[in-house]
Amino acid sequence: MAGRTLYDKLWDDHVVRAEADGTALIYIDRHLVHEVTSPQAFEGLRLAGRRPWRPGAALAVPDHNVPTTARAQGIADPVSRVQVEALDANCAAFGITEFDMCDPRQGIVHVVGPEQGLTLPGMTVVCGDSHTSTHGAVGALAFGIGTSEVEHVLATQCLVLKKSRNFRVRIEGACAPGVTAKDLALALIGAIGTAGATGHTVEFAGAAVRALSVEGRMTLCNMAIEAGARAGLVAVDERTVEYLRGRPLAPAGALWERAVQAWGELHSDADAVFDREVALDAATLAPQVTWGTSPEMVVPVDGCVPDPAAEADPVRREDMRRALRYMALEPGMPIIEIRPDKVFIGSCTNSRIEDLRAAAAVVRGRRVAAGIRQALVVPGSGLVKRQAEAEGLDRVFVAAGFEWREPGCSMCLGMNPDRLAPGERCASTSNRNFEGRQGPGGRTHLVSPAMAAAAAVHGRFVDVRELG
Amino acid sequence: MEPFQTLTGLVAPLDRANVDTDAIIPKQFLKSIRRTGFGPYLFDAWRYLDHGEPGMDCAGRPRNPDFVLNQPRYRGASILLARDNFGCGSSREHAVWALTDYGFRVVIAPTFADIFYNNAFKNGLLALTLPAQTVDRLFRETQAQEGYRLTVDLRAQTAATPGGEAIAFEIDAFRRRRLLEGLDEIGLTLQHAGAIRDYERRRRAQAPWLFPDAPER
Ligand code: SF4
Repeated sequence: MAGRTLYDKLWDDHVVRAEADGTALIYIDRHLVHEVTSPQAFEGLRLAGRRPWRPGAALAVPDHNVPTTARAQGIADPVSRVQVEALDANCAAFGITEFDMCDPRQGIVHVVGPEQGLTLPGMTVVCGDSHTSTHGAVGALAFGIGTSEVEHVLATQCLVLKKSRNFRVRIEGACAPGVTAKDLALALIGAIGTAGATGHTVEFAGAAVRALSVEGRMTLCNMAIEAGARAGLVAVDERTVEYLRGRPLAPAGALWERAVQAWGELHSDADAVFDREVALDAATLAPQVTWGTSPEMVVPVDGCVPDPAAEADPVRREDMRRALRYMALEPGMPIIEIRPDKVFIGSCTNSRIEDLRAAAAVVRGRRVAAGIRQALVVPGSGLVKRQAEAEGLDRVFVAAGFEWREPGCSMCLGMNPDRLAPGERCASTSNRNFEGRQGPGGRTHLVSPAMAAAAAVHGRFVDVRELG
Repeated sequence: MEPFQTLTGLVAPLDRANVDTDAIIPKQFLKSIRRTGFGPYLFDAWRYLDHGEPGMDCAGRPRNPDFVLNQPRYRGASILLARDNFGCGSSREHAVWALTDYGFRVVIAPTFADIFYNNAFKNGLLALTLPAQTVDRLFRETQAQEGYRLTVDLRAQTAATPGGEAIAFEIDAFRRRRLLEGLDEIGLTLQHAGAIRDYERRRRAQAPWLFPDAPER
């Protein structure tokens, strides 16, 4: 018998019942809940007179709507406030633990889970949010679900699923200094497209992935959904174990030893067969910048805005033209001549402590350029914020002219007051450059934290490899 | 859930690839805690020339005459014809609620994003995949012929053109049955409550650290 992939093992471990037609009832170990995709699910439970199957398997945290300015004053927008209050009320009524808006552990749900040790290797983890793929970085099978599935998991602790196919992305070689997990993710999406991994679970492997910190792996797995994969995975290794050791909700003592031993199996067998494989050489990659309105519209920072006339496929050509119109860019323009109006450092892709350190290292001793209207740093969680302040990073940012904010999703999607005005251009460390994503009419360029910081202090995109 | 068996409907062609769920229903409308009322805001940023906010009365808002759903010939469409990777991006089920609330019961595309595809079936929206060439042809025919309708028969797994040609489509048997009968999926799963409890017992013995909330007795 051929060996099994990591995904095969995680799947097999969670099958409650398998049907003849290939669907299976899959057990869900952890359920993360936020305010936007849960109210209708709780309402569904209520209407059907159902209770959560295992309330202790869920953790809720408001993140999308919360203001990133002084928390104690509450939420000014009445519609946002109702949604956050609905989460508080539903958690209280159904017995679900919540880190509410004023809890020091509050933050973006995908930053909070791993940080607390709530997400562990070998688990199935779901959330009504597509970036749940983030948690695959610790060797968990983690994927986003819709609200009907949120209700299904609350009521049954299971989901009815069909297995996806196995896809391995091997990234060999070593990244040049200044080239980060974000650049690996963007380069991959540029290579395979936003639907490149649809129907697959992607395992990231190879020397460049092994060399990433667990936080870097989270950035990579976070963006797996932008390549169409519902789940991204990295095998468990020493770094995973060290990252989780001592986390508040991780097991301790003898249980920890037992868990670590079990996690030793969480890698693909040497003779496992993948349905698809793609290889990338990290050594050849430059920092990446998106130029269009889909994450696959990306080029190296030393490149130029592409010319739709050179695209053979008519549907793609028209999409490129539309994107260039929306972004107000001309074909052939060097990326380093693009000047952002705003800079956003944050989101579940890049708001962890290492991201903030990388940005601060570029900013230190410099000033935000005159042409930049606003530069925001939004830590991923209250604990990240506290850690950054202990290291003095907040002072580096503030001295340079950045705003230092409270944790939340913020300008990643602008459901709270942080957003782009129509026509504004943003260097953003988030994950989606869709039309209007950061505010109606806003124009987003996705980059790494160091690249965003460099754009802030130079007033245009620069190649961080040249900063020294 | 409302069952889906057969539908004859007007087809509206949305000719762009990678239509994301942010475009289908922009974020400001996700603040609603209800499942209904999203239809007027479907494709809000493309459909209207002003900026939409939740609760707005859309009757008097300036419409973008170039957007397909604003063209009189597509009024009342219940079948949306789309391109590759429809529904990519955010997991928001509000995108499906907006499509069904508007009146769509079928979306046809060569490929769909996974989460959107799942969400559609949970809400009685038939996401129908056809080969890219067939979709191409349907685009041409829809644009050429005003009042172009398809008859989608889920039991027979065919989409019949006005010319009487029946295009066969593939669909997973489980999804098909659920849609045909409008089944309550949670109720179905709860019929296996015993199996779920057995699994939990087994798993807790193997990996007790996964159950800190319900320790072994
Ligand atoms: S930070 Fe952005 S992508 Fe991440 S969960 Fe929040 S809104 Fe979604």
